[in-house]
Amino acid sequence: MSETNIAEHPLYIAVLEGDAPTAKRLTQEALDAGANPQDLLSVFMIPAMDEVGRLFEANEYFVPELLIAARAMKGAMELIRPLLVEGGAEPIARVVIGTVRGDLHDIGKNLVAAMLEGGGFEVIDLGVDVSPEKFAAAVKEHKAQIVAMSALLTTTMPGMKSIIETLVTEGVREQVKVMIGGAPVTQRYADEIGADAFSDNASGAVRTARSLVTA
Amino acid sequence: MGPVNSAVLNQGSTRTAFRTLAISSPDELVYGCAPSPVIAGRGLEIGAGTVVPEINFTLPPLEINESTWPEIRKQYAEMIDGICTRAAALELPGLLAEFETLPPMTLRPEWGAEITSILAERLQRATDVHGIKTALRLTPNDTRDHIRPPLMRHGECWDGMCRLFDMAAGAGADLLAIESTGGKEICDEALMNADLPTLLFALGVLAPRDMEFLWDRIVLACRQGNIIPSGDTACGFANTAMVLAEQRMVPRVFAAVVRVASVPRGLVAYECGAVGPSKDCAYEGPYIKAITGAPISMEGRSAACAHLSSVGNISQAVCDCWSNESVQNVRLLSASAPVVSLEQLAYDCRLLNTAGRSSDADRLKMRNWLVESDSAMDPQAYVLRPDVVIRLAGEIIKYENPYQRTRAAAIATLDELRKAHASGDVKIPRNEIRWLDKFCKQAESLPETEEQICDQMRDQLKDAPYLPSEYGLA
Repeated sequence: MSETNIAEHPLYIAVLEGDAPTAKRLTQEALDAGANPQDLLSVFMIPAMDEVGRLFEANEYFVPELLIAARAMKGAMELIRPLLVEGGAEPIARVVIGTVRGDLHDIGKNLVAAMLEGGGFEVIDLGVDVSPEKFAAAVKEHKAQIVAMSALLTTTMPGMKSIIETLVTEGVREQVKVMIGGAPVTQRYADEIGADAFSDNASGAVRTARSLVTA
Repeated sequence: MGPVNSAVLNQGSTRTAFRTLAISSPDELVYGCAPSPVIAGRGLEIGAGTVVPEINFTLPPLEINESTWPEIRKQYAEMIDGICTRAAALELPGLLAEFETLPPMTLRPEWGAEITSILAERLQRATDVHGIKTALRLTPNDTRDHIRPPLMRHGECWDGMCRLFDMAAGAGADLLAIESTGGKEICDEALMNADLPTLLFALGVLAPRDMEFLWDRIVLACRQGNIIPSGDTACGFANTAMVLAEQRMVPRVFAAVVRVASVPRGLVAYECGAVGPSKDCAYEGPYIKAITGAPISMEGRSAACAHLSSVGNISQAVCDCWSNESVQNVRLLSASAPVVSLEQLAYDCRLLNTAGRSSDADRLKMRNWLVESDSAMDPQAYVLRPDVVIRLAGEIIKYENPYQRTRAAAIATLDELRKAHASGDVKIPRNEIRWLDKFCKQAESLPETEEQICDQMRDQLKDAPYLPSEYGLA
């Protein structure tokens, strides 16, 4: 199917425009007609979310539009995921996400979580004020491939280093990639504390996460 | 003019609602002059004719724990010493310093009180040695949302905050303030989804109920300690929207609506006994000043060290204190960042006060330049125009119930922005026009009463991370 045809497909358009009921209905109809669930995901839905991300980065879309698109994607995914699991398919990766200990600012973290889910990742959201031990335990429990953490305060930011150190002492640092973000966080800080990646926005975080698991 | 009617939300509160404007003419809404000035600390007059610099500062990246505590004490002492020395060199007549606690300093209030004492002692010395009229504002941070869903009226976090309120006067604070967060757990989601009805439930129902409960307690602590209950801020609500808009995450028109819709929430503090100055990051301050007559603290271009905004000049136009929001204690080429901030504030205030001393006409001319330099550039700036403030404030005080005020604020702001866009008085980006239309459509179906919005939200928010009983709701 050409790119033009894909962009005109009703399922692609439903995700792009955040029309959750239509996205769900079209997905069900396609599955009933024998469509391959993996194709629905990779040909229409993920490209639609990629376009949503592009429009956001081009300052055309705002976050509410990202979120309604992510919700439309999630609704359709609820129909597809069981079939993918049945067929032995795995999500792109499992991501454990949270704000660091002492930090309650979770708007950015929630946005990244929604965008990652929309991008085909399985997200385990640990919430706010998460201890290093809880991050490490969640990595073990869920066999996560990525740890994503954020901090808004300069006084809680050092907690990121503690989390990485705990991942090391708990013996799981080698199995995960660590990505960080938040207002005071920089690429330099990521380098300093030994994080694998940094992103300063939610859309970029999805790209970064993809690059981490395909590297 | 003052409060005339009763509209309490919680049993036992003695709050009385403002129903008239303290300032009804745009030309009387000017910087440095408030109908009800405040005298704080060591003779510092606020709103009595001049603008006073308000300096705020915070730690560089540093964990706060037992082992780092000596270093933290040292850093705060170093910051205030540098500030006082520079204030003396610049011959500042008056200085307000704000100490905003970090979460561990509220959870363990003895720590908050200890830093307060260090700062108060240095400010006293600046008065004794250099004759600078000084005052210290203590702002305990609101830790209640450390627990999800937040416990707003009891529990360890609430107890820690109350203990710090009660310790404030003894530690040397002259004014008490807060950035309260009641309703934020619902507001955050509403902001990200640009969901006007849910936003108005958070700002117009939950937040005012919490403000009344919280501010009755703050005013009690201040009366017992003989210090000033100053003010609150919609930082967790409208400034979140402002920063999101600056990052192009939400439309600027939405952030402008959120700003004005946060005014009724802020009014509750003054209706409970706060007297000003409002918190520096309360950019809704001009509305508070117009309605209550209390002096206000503002920040704008001076706060670029903390966050960016589109209201850098207009935010100064009617201020009584001029602040930098907060700056980290890091070394710059000239001096430490708090000292640099102090110098910038001092020169800003000197210029404003020179114009004010020259004549009332010059004060107004300076104010108008500050207004005109920003107001057409962004809807958030436009809603801070003195003429717009007076018009919208008038719409707000037509009602007594905070939800109805909040609803009126949102509807009137949308109408104001539509007209201003049509007349070319404000620039609204092309991709925001569709959002202005969406918000107007959402506004058309807003429930008229608090009871109706509560009914609507009961089902919608049944799985949301908040406890209605913490707001006195069934």
